[in-house]
Amino acid sequence: MTLSQPIIWLIVIGLGIGTFALRFSFLGLLGSRPLPAWALRLLRYTPVAVLPGLVAPRVFLPPEGATTPDPTLLATALVTLALGVWTKNAIWAMLSGAATLTVLTLLLA
Amino acid sequence: MTDNPTQRQAFWRGFKHGWPFILVVAPFGVVFGVVATEAGLDVLQTMAFSIAVIAGAAQLTAIQMMTDNAPVAIILVTALAVNLRMAMYSASLTPHLGRAPVWQRALIAYLMVDQAFAVSALQYEKTPGWSTPAKVAYYFGVVTLICPIWYVGTLAGAVLGAQIPDTIPIGAAIPIAFIALIGPMLRTLAHVAAALTSVIAALLLAGLPYSLGLLVAGLLAMIVGSGVEVWLARRQEERP
Repeated sequence: MTLSQPIIWLIVIGLGIGTFALRFSFLGLLGSRPLPAWALRLLRYTPVAVLPGLVAPRVFLPPEGATTPDPTLLATALVTLALGVWTKNAIWAMLSGAATLTVLTLLLA
Repeated sequence: MTDNPTQRQAFWRGFKHGWPFILVVAPFGVVFGVVATEAGLDVLQTMAFSIAVIAGAAQLTAIQMMTDNAPVAIILVTALAVNLRMAMYSASLTPHLGRAPVWQRALIAYLMVDQAFAVSALQYEKTPGWSTPAKVAYYFGVVTLICPIWYVGTLAGAVLGAQIPDTIPIGAAIPIAFIALIGPMLRTLAHVAAALTSVIAALLLAGLPYSLGLLVAGLLAMIVGSGVEVWLARRQEERP
């Protein structure tokens, strides 16, 4: 990370204020006028719409200096996703992903 | 059944419903603490993040984009996009909590994490007749352990992360943490469609300047997700 200290603090504080504004919005200021159904529907999909796109380039594109994606990361991603879908529990998925990564790294080292 | 708990009773009922979530929140806090310190933040900055924001997915998003050296404005907009659902929580809690004093509403807003919303919204749906003070007390009961445990988990992770020598690569911890969050979200066809759109669009748009690709991919995926939901609902209605 090459960001300067003031920039890091700017991000921390900006994200804190922005998140509070989102949480306070209706409760604090806008009152109980209901949001239109289409807006509620769009908002419902924000996490599942942003997070996969955030992680996809890391997993599917070749890392710097390589020409193919990292097979260890691909396999780990697959196991983590499968466990997450199956158990519906993010913690189990994380643990299985960490275990897969450790085993594969040791095997391929 | 008439059910009109005192504030004290409502608080403890919320506490009872909320505490099991510490089993989820604590390890996730540790993960964020480790990832943030490994990315180069110091313990104070890591703690400030968790105290100011209390939203793991958005915090991890910001960290990932910070390590990618994305522009500050794009980092903020993208991480806040992950938190847009909080506006939806705020809107759905307003009929129940909107008449509380403003300082209570501000505190409620600050503490509005996914689990607090999910548990409280379910309770208010079951018992809409509760007084506003009882509903507020219930909410505070739910978050009493959840939010402090988030701070403590982050601190444990940050201290732990600072101890891990740089020779051990844990760079893959961020993708694993995200994928682990995504799996349980894929509850319906609409969610799967949104996730797939996000992945494909983010890969195709990876070359856009200022890390804008992710924002565009996220918007497209939101539209696809809600579009599929509408389409599925219509198909359901057309069936005899």
